[in-house]
Amino acid sequence: MAPPPTPVIPREAWEGCSVLLDINDGDRLAFFRLTPGATVKIGDKSCSLQPLVGRPFGSLFRVGPAGLVPCAAAEAPAQDDGANGQAQVETRDNRSLVDNNTAQTLSSEDIEAMKREGASGDAIVEALIANSSTFGNKTVFSQEKYKLKKQKKYAPKVLLRRPSTRSICETYFKKYPARIGFMRVDTLSLMLSMANVGAYSDVLVVDMVGGLVAGAVAERLGGTGYVCSTYLGSASSSIDIIRMYNLSGDMTSRIFQARLSDLCSLQNSGDAPSAILDSIQGEVVESGAVPDESTLAQPVDTAMSDENVQSAAAQPIDIEVAEPAMDEHLNRGDNSSDCKGSNGTSIAPKSLRAGKAPSPGRMKYWKEHGFSSLIVAAPGHEVESLVADLLPLLSYSAPFAIYHQHLQPLATCMHSLQVSKMAIGLQIIEPWLREYQVLPSRTHPHMQMNAFGGYILSGIRIHSPDPCNGE
Amino acid sequence: MMVPLDPSDKPTSQRRIAVGDTVVVYERHDSMRAVTVTADGVLQNRFGVFRHADWLGRHFGSKVFSSAGGGGGGGKFARKAGGGFVHLLAPTPELWTLVLSHRTQILYIADISLVVAYLELVPGCVVLESGTGSGSLTTSLARAVAPQGRVYTFDFHDQRAASAREDFEKNGLSSLITVAVRDIQGEGFPDEHSGAADAVFLDLPQPWLAIPSTGTMLRQDGVLCSFSPCIEQVQRACEAMRSCFTDIRTFEILLRTYDVHEGALKSATANEAANLGSVPEKKRKIRTGGEAFDSTQTSSVMARPCSTARGHTGYLTFARRSVHGSQAVANECCSTS
Ligand SMILES: C[S@@+](CC[C@H](N)C(=O)[O-])C[C@H]1O[C@@H](n2cnc3c(N)ncnc32)[C@H](O)[C@@H]1O
Repeated sequence: MAPPPTPVIPREAWEGCSVLLDINDGDRLAFFRLTPGATVKIGDKSCSLQPLVGRPFGSLFRVGPAGLVPCAAAEAPAQDDGANGQAQVETRDNRSLVDNNTAQTLSSEDIEAMKREGASGDAIVEALIANSSTFGNKTVFSQEKYKLKKQKKYAPKVLLRRPSTRSICETYFKKYPARIGFMRVDTLSLMLSMANVGAYSDVLVVDMVGGLVAGAVAERLGGTGYVCSTYLGSASSSIDIIRMYNLSGDMTSRIFQARLSDLCSLQNSGDAPSAILDSIQGEVVESGAVPDESTLAQPVDTAMSDENVQSAAAQPIDIEVAEPAMDEHLNRGDNSSDCKGSNGTSIAPKSLRAGKAPSPGRMKYWKEHGFSSLIVAAPGHEVESLVADLLPLLSYSAPFAIYHQHLQPLATCMHSLQVSKMAIGLQIIEPWLREYQVLPSRTHPHMQMNAFGGYILSGIRIHSPDPCNGE
Repeated sequence: MMVPLDPSDKPTSQRRIAVGDTVVVYERHDSMRAVTVTADGVLQNRFGVFRHADWLGRHFGSKVFSSAGGGGGGGKFARKAGGGFVHLLAPTPELWTLVLSHRTQILYIADISLVVAYLELVPGCVVLESGTGSGSLTTSLARAVAPQGRVYTFDFHDQRAASAREDFEKNGLSSLITVAVRDIQGEGFPDEHSGAADAVFLDLPQPWLAIPSTGTMLRQDGVLCSFSPCIEQVQRACEAMRSCFTDIRTFEILLRTYDVHEGALKSATANEAANLGSVPEKKRKIRTGGEAFDSTQTSSVMARPCSTARGHTGYLTFARRSVHGSQAVANECCSTS
């Protein structure tokens, strides 16, 4: 057996990379690009992101007088609100607790004074606890809750996370689900499996969920194979989200955008139609990311404002998902374009944008060999006729997965595939995901669950010798 | 080839079935089997007798007919000799999970897909697994890390390890998967993988015993997953994780499957007489086959959840190797817990 491979996942943040910041345990989640001038606003303080460069993903930071500083190991909060140690038998209860706002003897002026004297956030939290007359009577559980609340206010923590399909999908789902058509991470994971996405695949995708699917597929291809993101009408839909993934230049250059009608006409005719040849002069046509609002109603995408749309054509952006809605604001500062991952692979410089039109040669290859699989995520669309157009583009025996947030369009689509006998192994599923709190003597499902993460229709394209044979 | 190791390896529309290929013979969605194609092979099932020779040169995804009537019981589908048919599919890890021989309990697609996504596996990753069991998960792990990554999988059961190795060999996965016999609960993972794993997966009866070793194997921020059917196992595993893992999260994933059929529902209005009068416009629905429905009925495609479903498989607990403190400190905290 060959020696073990060299590490592929960068474990430390680098200048110019995309990072996910988790502020106060998920209260705020935001993507940033670590450009020299990048800052994050925490409370009333604007902090430079430079201290994150070179730090391992998974590191925790606090806000010091001069900005973000890494927490020492000891400062890392105990996992899962005080779960360390054995199960404690609770002896206190809250029968005598009176909530009359007089319990705290430290005034806001006192706190301001402490701050001026340079007290750390943690010291303020300690002082608040020491000056709370009711703290000692609270149950351990509410003591922790109290402490956590004060910590968030006076000693915010910033967790540096690595953007990956998992963290990107979770972040959007939590903060801005409409943008990704309410596709939960387990649903996306299932589609990637059902569509057999792996190295060297040529995956056909319809991505109307902002690029989440195209990015996830590109990540799984790892710089092999190709993603062909096809779109209806004359303009491609935005696949901006792929910029949150730290895709290498090679991975990015393997994402193509092609008009569905071009793919279909190629399928039907013998040669690449001249229309395509015209449109791919010089191979790199920047397919601007103007969504196709005129021809396609896209109810879930309404919140995508025009400026967001325009951002796609500009520089890599910092995206802040935590703000009121999805507040994608441009960073017009300079962006170092050739950045190195910790493993030495260069991360897509801005000139190497995803979404080129495929060359005639590539189109010809796809026509002759078919795509290895298909993923459709068009949550605002009817899928029956779309899928009828797409399936002939797949190679025989290729699996496919169609997402929808509504059941009926998939049922209709499945029924018509059953009748047309274009596919077998047809199945509609709905994943159900439940998260648990696991603590000594306090294990139970989370009180809040996400009741819905979408439906998937999956199946396998089969070979039908010719359309009019009676078998 | 189930997991292509180079571009020429993948099944495309140009690929034809040849001797030595593994095909998944699809009878129905709940009845499939893997068959290795040989020059003089014969498959006999309730749909008839199929000669492998008739399959050669055909596309994957083809429908093939039997050369003789089915052996007993298949009457309905194989009325006449040569009438029965099956489809020949290119194998994938998903299909493999449905056709492999169960030597143990196995993981199915819902758990598998969540594991692969949450372990953040991409091509080139190194992943450790124990136990190998029937290799259902292993096959999907191999696809996720191919072509240059590796899966090192361990089972303390000699025979199971050997059978799994044979399966991987047959599916062309040997260069991606190394199977070793080892008591992971007793000895932990081998030192040679120390600090070199991007991810670790445990499906063991007492996972907490292997967790200290797991902590030393993982790269910082690498992800551990432990699968356990019982909540008591989860409880103990989580306690063992707290010393050097963070972001500990436990999930359960289940699938609800839907049946789809076209049918007609009887019209029901308060005013019976309305149904007897002239046929309302919208009810004059003609079915695609040309068969006209009763005018008082409307035909539509309807979906409903299937009544049988898997109610529980296991809990999946994910945790991240914490980066706080040096590797040495963490090693210590892991090995003493
Ligand atoms: C339920 S099976 C794993 C199934 C596997 N995940 C799959 O999808 O096919 C559990 C396996 O763990 C193995 N096992 C149990 N204890 C072990 C130990 N201490 N060390 C290594 N393997 C062990 C068993 O032999 C068994 O094959």
